[in-house]
Amino acid sequence: MKLVAVSSCPTGIAHTYMAAEALEQAGKAAGHEVHVETQGAAGSTPLDPAIIAAADGVIYAADLEVKDKDRFAGKPFIDVGVKKAVHDAPGVIAAAVAAVEAGVPAGGPAAPAAPVTKVDRNAGVGTKIRQWLMTGVSYMIPFVAAGGILIALGFMVAQFAGGSDGVIEVTSIPVSHLLNDFNATVGMDWAALLFQTGVVAFGFLVPVLSGFIAYAIADRPGLVPGFVGGAISVAVGAGFLGGLVTGFMAGFLALWISRWKVPKGVRGVMPVVVIPLLSTFVVGLVMFLIIGQPIASLMNGLSSWLNGLSGSNLILLGALLGAMMGFDLGGPINKVAYTFAVTGLATEGLATDAVQYRIMAAVMAAGMVAPLAMALASTVRKKLFTHAEQENGKAAWLLGLSFISEGAIPFAAADPWRVIVSSLVGSSVTGALVMAVGSGQRAPHGGIWVLPLISNPLGFLMAVAVGTVISAGLVIALKSAKPNEIVKAEQAADAQALVATAA
Amino acid sequence: MSTPLITPDLVAVDLVATDRDDATRQLIDLLYAAGRVTDADGFHADVRAREAQMATGMPGGIGLPHARSSHVTVPSLAVGKVAAGVDFGAPDGPATLIFLIAAPDAGDGDHLKILAALARRLVHESFRTSLKDAPDAATVAEIVTREVVPS
Repeated sequence: MKLVAVSSCPTGIAHTYMAAEALEQAGKAAGHEVHVETQGAAGSTPLDPAIIAAADGVIYAADLEVKDKDRFAGKPFIDVGVKKAVHDAPGVIAAAVAAVEAGVPAGGPAAPAAPVTKVDRNAGVGTKIRQWLMTGVSYMIPFVAAGGILIALGFMVAQFAGGSDGVIEVTSIPVSHLLNDFNATVGMDWAALLFQTGVVAFGFLVPVLSGFIAYAIADRPGLVPGFVGGAISVAVGAGFLGGLVTGFMAGFLALWISRWKVPKGVRGVMPVVVIPLLSTFVVGLVMFLIIGQPIASLMNGLSSWLNGLSGSNLILLGALLGAMMGFDLGGPINKVAYTFAVTGLATEGLATDAVQYRIMAAVMAAGMVAPLAMALASTVRKKLFTHAEQENGKAAWLLGLSFISEGAIPFAAADPWRVIVSSLVGSSVTGALVMAVGSGQRAPHGGIWVLPLISNPLGFLMAVAVGTVISAGLVIALKSAKPNEIVKAEQAADAQALVATAA
Repeated sequence: MSTPLITPDLVAVDLVATDRDDATRQLIDLLYAAGRVTDADGFHADVRAREAQMATGMPGGIGLPHARSSHVTVPSLAVGKVAAGVDFGAPDGPATLIFLIAAPDAGDGDHLKILAALARRLVHESFRTSLKDAPDAATVAEIVTREVVPS
């Protein structure tokens, strides 16, 4: 087998070359041809493109960013770090050979954020669950970023093009208008185009999350039941928490069915017909009948309970609505609180300081807290978050400011209880504070883009900021108490690269 | 390559050290005495910083403290043999053979190539064994000078 490798280390005078020599020697001993490009202090001679073209696989024994990594795009690779190559070169060569034989597809050039698709079979149960979750989350993040930013841009354009009410109007422009009457000179039409496209992208969040969790567990047979289960979760209003359930359920069902001993004649149609068919049907049955119905009645119950609460202490109501907004980020509980607020807006003939407007303000402010808090936490304490989460944190700023709570879902899906507890507390504080400062809001959506429609905007922003800081502080404290295995592994790999860059 | 990488006065065959920091320091003092390092404390700090990033212990009883530093005038190697062993963070136990590699910060490619060649030799067990078995400082220096030839 022909392998190419890149070695590098922080100082660039010792491990880079030891790794290169060790890999070449171990390759020779195992009967493989290994060419190493040493990206060290003595300057590096790039590998001959012909050698790269002929190579079956790539070994990254690099602690620094690999230079011109796109030269190796599309080849199976392993990424081991320089130390492993020095200490156990034969093991690294064997792993590379195994990767080539398994045909592990290479990620794109944007390797740092590349999805974690392979799960370590030997890991403990806890680590495995995290890896399954992270697989789903890392495939979901681009949808969150793309969809969320499109929606936010839609609001932005609407505010400039449609005046202070533009943000309210943009959400009610129907898709049929885009199909029949789109006018490229009308700003609101562009706003609606951005908004509607973003909404469609958002529709994939939960299915992609669920589908790729199932994929991580069961490989390809998990995809169909996983995606369909996620979509049903959205349909029955179970949100991302439902999607986590369907992901695991679909994955294990598919895995279990794929291990059945079946007659030879059936074996051929197992992956294409039998596994997707059976597992999808079971997931559908469970979601619609066993999970969907209780969620629907829970939502009904919560709604009538909330309606009964109107007129009671507003600050307590704000805290409760805030907690609901922060709990499942677009799931059933969140939806009940949001619907409660929006329905209130529709009441005829409201006074400008009506309670309904204050409820809307509390709900909107609370819904901004979770993504902002995750953005803040992943900015100030990078080390507690995976690479994928850090990337998502950057987008979460904009999503949070635009009242798109879904920006926090990747964080919550990867580490549900810590993130949800933190979000719950911060959102609840924000909800209560908004009630206390008496802000009112007559737009159902938009975040800071509808700030002109908010009374006492400073108080509103202050309430959001306080909740954000509380949530971020909590999530940092909870995550510090028990660091995530995947994050630790990633850090072991980059610690040196980071220090070297800084030095 | 007018100045050799190593001379007998940069070899300590009977090093006694309490820990890796002490062992490193004693080797640095050899480089300083030979005029290859202008500021022993400064260079020591650079080596510590590198060691803190990732322990340099290697399997087979090797410790490999090293740094590129502005306090180094010429690429140098100091070798210490510690019969009792010093922990360098290697998974398989303490190091009995310690290589301190000093590289000038502004070194050009040619200077650094000799260090690259040294690093490549270190991977070979035969090279390490011959150094472990070398009876005196002169032999150690002679083996390194003979074996480490930049490619």
